[in-house]
Amino acid sequence: MQAELIDIRNHLIQHAPFDEMPEELVNELTTNIEISYVRAGTQITETGQISTRMYYVRSGAVEIFRRSGELYNRISEGEIFGQFGLLMRGQVRFPARALEDSLLYCVPKEIFHHLFENDENFADFVEIEDRSRLRSAVSRREKSNALMTSRVNRLISRETVSAPTTVRLQEAARIMTDQGVSALLLMDEECGATCDRERLVGIITDRDLRTRAVTEALPSETPISEIMTTGLITIRASSYVFEAMLTMLHNNVHHLPVIDGDEVRGVIALADIVRYESQSSLYLVSNIFHQQDVKALKKISRDVRDSFVRMVNEDANSHMIGSAMAGIGRSFTQRLLELGEEKLGPPPVPYCFMALGSMARDEQLVVTDQDNAMILSDSFVPEEHDAYFLELAKFVSDGLAECGYTYCTGDIMATNPKWRQPLKVWRSYFTDWIENPKAEALLNSNIFFDLDGIYGRTEFAEELKALISEKASNSQLFLSLMARNALNRTPPLGFFRTFVLEEDGKHQKTFNLKRRGTAPLSDLIRIHALACGSRAQNSFERLKGIGKTKLIMEDDLSNLRDALEFISIVRIRHQALTLEAGGEPDNNVRPEDLSPFERSHLKDAFQVVSNAQKFLRFRYNSQATRHV
Amino acid sequence: MSENDSLPDATKNLPWPEQYQALSKSAQAPVLKAFYEAGCVSEDTPISEVAMVALDFETTGLEADAHSIVSIGLVPFTLDAILLNQAKHWIVRPRLPLHQTSVTFHGITHADISDAPDLSDILEEVFASLNGRIPVVHFRHIERPFLNVALQYRLNEGIRFPLIDTMAIEAHLHPDRQPSFFKRLVGEKPISIRLADSRKRYGLPHYAAHNALVDAIATAELLQAQIQHHFGVQTPIGNLWL
Repeated sequence: MQAELIDIRNHLIQHAPFDEMPEELVNELTTNIEISYVRAGTQITETGQISTRMYYVRSGAVEIFRRSGELYNRISEGEIFGQFGLLMRGQVRFPARALEDSLLYCVPKEIFHHLFENDENFADFVEIEDRSRLRSAVSRREKSNALMTSRVNRLISRETVSAPTTVRLQEAARIMTDQGVSALLLMDEECGATCDRERLVGIITDRDLRTRAVTEALPSETPISEIMTTGLITIRASSYVFEAMLTMLHNNVHHLPVIDGDEVRGVIALADIVRYESQSSLYLVSNIFHQQDVKALKKISRDVRDSFVRMVNEDANSHMIGSAMAGIGRSFTQRLLELGEEKLGPPPVPYCFMALGSMARDEQLVVTDQDNAMILSDSFVPEEHDAYFLELAKFVSDGLAECGYTYCTGDIMATNPKWRQPLKVWRSYFTDWIENPKAEALLNSNIFFDLDGIYGRTEFAEELKALISEKASNSQLFLSLMARNALNRTPPLGFFRTFVLEEDGKHQKTFNLKRRGTAPLSDLIRIHALACGSRAQNSFERLKGIGKTKLIMEDDLSNLRDALEFISIVRIRHQALTLEAGGEPDNNVRPEDLSPFERSHLKDAFQVVSNAQKFLRFRYNSQATRHV
Repeated sequence: MSENDSLPDATKNLPWPEQYQALSKSAQAPVLKAFYEAGCVSEDTPISEVAMVALDFETTGLEADAHSIVSIGLVPFTLDAILLNQAKHWIVRPRLPLHQTSVTFHGITHADISDAPDLSDILEEVFASLNGRIPVVHFRHIERPFLNVALQYRLNEGIRFPLIDTMAIEAHLHPDRQPSFFKRLVGEKPISIRLADSRKRYGLPHYAAHNALVDAIATAELLQAQIQHHFGVQTPIGNLWL
């Protein structure tokens, strides 16, 4: 390359995919560029034309159209177009027209193919456009984490060890010792002639033997069916290891039977997974349950942030990190409730402790406040019982604050009498929100539509989920007011795919990845989930549910999934970097703190959010109530 | 226009294609013979069909008789494509000493030129890019006279060719670029037709570096923009060349 062409090369290498291209190839590319000036309005390529070049916009802006004539994309400085026609070895697929006077760097097709064959990153980049580009960005990250690429069946190292439910306690203990296993599966053999296969009905673990049998001094002849755990949580053999980890985290179990169709393939234990993640957040969770007072809990809560940073550095995806952080938060809450009950005595009436918002969605990060509530049994008598529950709620809330989960500024906590009510009152709350909706009131109650029972009679929370799922899908007014609220926050994308920046507290030009990114996304996903009666709380799970109803096209769903994953992971990475630098994490990022790769993909992701909001507006014919 | 004292006026007044034919017979130096033999398009050829070459010299000063060429940048192009794979850049040893002032201007130092070839050593390469193409420059009083003088000195014969001057086009587009006394009073600035300022008017990017090749590329881009904005691709070359 002529040294004098360095200006041109330097422009290229500021932009993906040229930023990661080996130097010789970039030099070769630079040397072979053909420069062309086009005036605004000029048709650069037309459908059906023979493709001879890929284009790089040096200055100006270009519009890309679908064959139908519909605007497909807007390309500005540093971006490429025309690659599809070349890949199809022939004709222009998306005609292009100059929106502004533009200077284009044209890459002749021979050079394009040369780059394609010699730079894998370039090949990946051009083969997929925008949203699919976003997808490969997401999957490329995930490929590097073994938890996300290994399947559960690889963890099964031995034949299933099982026994009939009719065995006695001592016999079960002997089998476990002989076989050297920490869990024994129990099979029902009494299904008669109708089936030829045993049915898995229960599990007994080392820990169960200690806590249930030994400490209770049960006779060795006790039928195992009396102490085994039933209502088993299992995992499919084809699941990824991280899904098994999430299942363990969410349910606080350390063994998972692995199922393949109707067949039991084996059991995987916590220790099997921990091998994949040296300093697992699962350790932290089990540690939480060993702490004996608030002071001790506070002490180990310092490990939460380390655990977060570690997962980020191990390239975990946002679903994993969000679930792990929620699992940790849930465990703190559960342990505090156990300690509270030890201190105050057993509850006078049954109750359910409920997590709301990000913890309920399994999308918690390190900067989070506590959002919780209590559903009390309908036998609750305020005069007699409320003093107990107020004290328990205060104990938990203060304890959580000690452990780094700050008090909710909106007072959505079980310490607030309004959110410490019997089930029937909760039913009337939700019925009223859904059947007599008011936009302003819904802004405040939005958070209650992400709920999860985490302690006590969790079936109370399930009842509320059932009620919501039944009523919400039938109330158009409710959905359309929710949609209106969801449109209040828009992605920070300007007309020309530039970032729209706001001034943060430190007077820096930033945009907020939560308020402008993940929050509007989870808002709109929630509405579609409510509309199709899904009971899922996690946004990714909700997307799966929405997919089953065909409410949204499969392509658009994958785009939403990728956008959510990408914005979340950038937000997470930003927080982890801040933590590692000893700072206090927040959600504001400066565009210059992002890599060109992140900038480019974030724009794609925000474009997805923006399109999804347009769809929501169209579907519910709603305008934003106000702009935030 | 370059001067060739021995050339009869009849030849000088011929249309360019015929003039090239005549000159190809009278020229003695093989590079010049080949240059004229490659021919010249007729004046009614649409600009979109013309092969051009953007040309830029860095020199030790502005007077062709007193100063020398220090570097040459060129890039062949058409209205459709500026071909970087045919771009060339040479540093040449000037005949006359480098003045300190021009060193600061174009950044070429004594060390750069002490090992540089003389223009005569690279003439064949330079002409390989010029043959059959219409030169395009920004400010026509540099490249053509300097090349003419340099060839006179080395080959004992000068050179004649038509060229397009992007600065002359800007001057033509902005005849009243010096605001009246009154307009200057109210703060109106004169319109600059320098290369960088002209480019700005067409939304062309700023190039940080200044060397003969970047300026040649910048000139080619400017001509593409000028044609698109003010003339149209069917404009006969005869309306543009000087």
